[in-house]
Amino acid sequence: MSLVEFRDVHKSFQRDSQRIEVFTNLTLDVERGSFTALMGPSGSGKSTLLNLLAGLDRPTSGSVRVADAEVSAMSPGALAPWRARHIGFVFQQLNLLPVLTAFQNVELPLLLTNLSRKERDERVRVALGVVGLDDRLEHYPRQLSGGQEQRTAIARAIVADPTLILLDEPTGQLDAKSSQEVLGLLQRLNTEFGKTIVIVTHDAHAAERAGVVLHLEKGTLVEAQARAR
Amino acid sequence: MKFLPLVLANLGRHKRRTALTTLSVAAALFLFASLQTVVTTIAAAAQFGNVRRIVSMNATGIVFPLPLAYANRLRAVPGVEAVSWANWFGGRYGDNKRFFGQFAVDPASYLEMYPEMAVPEDQKQAFLREKSAAIIGRRLLDVFGWKLGQDITIQGTIFPGDWTFTIRGVYTPTDPAINDDMMIFRHDYLEERLGRPGIAGWYVARIDHPDNAARIGKVIDDGFRNSRAPTKTGTEQAFNASFATMWGNVSLLMGTIGLAVVFAILLVTANAMMMSARERIGEVAVLKTIGFTDRLLFTLVMTETALITFTGAAIGLVGAKLLYKGTNFNAAGFLPGFDVTPRTFVVGAAIAVLLALASGLMPALRAARLPIVSALRHVE
Repeated sequence: MSLVEFRDVHKSFQRDSQRIEVFTNLTLDVERGSFTALMGPSGSGKSTLLNLLAGLDRPTSGSVRVADAEVSAMSPGALAPWRARHIGFVFQQLNLLPVLTAFQNVELPLLLTNLSRKERDERVRVALGVVGLDDRLEHYPRQLSGGQEQRTAIARAIVADPTLILLDEPTGQLDAKSSQEVLGLLQRLNTEFGKTIVIVTHDAHAAERAGVVLHLEKGTLVEAQARAR
Repeated sequence: MKFLPLVLANLGRHKRRTALTTLSVAAALFLFASLQTVVTTIAAAAQFGNVRRIVSMNATGIVFPLPLAYANRLRAVPGVEAVSWANWFGGRYGDNKRFFGQFAVDPASYLEMYPEMAVPEDQKQAFLREKSAAIIGRRLLDVFGWKLGQDITIQGTIFPGDWTFTIRGVYTPTDPAINDDMMIFRHDYLEERLGRPGIAGWYVARIDHPDNAARIGKVIDDGFRNSRAPTKTGTEQAFNASFATMWGNVSLLMGTIGLAVVFAILLVTANAMMMSARERIGEVAVLKTIGFTDRLLFTLVMTETALITFTGAAIGLVGAKLLYKGTNFNAAGFLPGFDVTPRTFVVGAAIAVLLALASGLMPALRAARLPIVSALRHVE
């Protein structure tokens, strides 16, 4: 059984008097341990798909199942703890709280667990070590480069060991070198640590790192490629 | 507790704004405590009075004197054990920047009537021996730097001229309702300087039993009903309360100003918290994405507001307590025993709680109810 199952998902928005259809009968699967890139032009529904996956938004109709849970049927009260347990999310920018250090930012998801302070401390150090920032624990976001900020956000996304890591154009604001560092890191998380990753990107280089590339156009899945890496 | 660093970090985001908001609350609660203490001090003064003392004054008003000859007739009233009398002098000292009350009193009977004014025996005897002697409250020693044995000159206003007194004693109040910056001097000195007009401002009588106060008062007033100066007699407490009622509107004004200030600060605090919440829409969205529940976010914002208001309230209330206690403030003798009471602390704390709830509720609800997807647009 797939880790993620979209079945006949329909999503539409009402904007003023206009109804905007994002998806009609979208069906797709994401396998456990895969690295999937979602590509497509602006407005094709990539970010909406990611939001549905994370339980941040609800489909108008259809079913979204993640890790055997019917996300589309969960109450808002149940979704928050579910997200804390299963989802690690990285945004394009402004991921980190500027008033917290890298350590404190990464610790945030662990505050929602019953871990002791010592256990939290250990896990934050491990996560920042994995992304190569164990020497930046006490740095504030303004003291980090763009690439380091994104790596810190990735550390926060993996620190609670979630089922699924979702990234919304994580390299969109980075220079080429930082992009390569972040993408290399994601690939390592997938291959070495077996993490399931779904990344929304416009960047063909980013998509090259993925094992599966899905193309969305006007809310329709027009192409799916599985590549051997 | 594990969320405290997050709360403190958010409060430290705009240190100046947080400090100013806290100080606004502190100023409001300081003002509230001050105004409330004026009210409670006036109320306490109205309650002061020995149950075995009654006061007779001119029925027309306190500013009209009574004949000195009434003293003997008062002593003869059944149930009256002792009689004394006093006159308001109303003089000025120096540039009159620091007012204090002066009273001409019948020396021996007055000190006996008011044991709450503790005077060392040798000083009392010196006062009784010398016609121009005066006894002053302990505070006046500090205010004017006076010393025992020093001559001081007061300019009379009701009784014109320069009046020189020799300080022969210092009293210490044993009851906080008695202020410690009055001056008393001998009534016979006043009489002598005025050419013996034979007047007293009011009489104080000690009676045998508190239950007899109304009956004795009626006997006294009936006895003088058809004289040229009819009396009005009541308990000492009622006499003091009649002065306190003159402050009645002031008390209402104080209360109204206090509430207006607190309401103004409520708007300031609420505005600061709303601004803070508005600036953090994107961050709230990120926290919700991480898995922070609506309830937790509500609690975090309310905690921030509570920390600001409670810190401000503590500074304001404790500051008022320490300031007034430390400086022994009594509004130049008008408000003896001026001290922030435990009740004022409790009411101030309740205001702080209401302030926290009222100013934090909107931003906290806003953070809790924020739809993630639309909020995320602030992130993207």
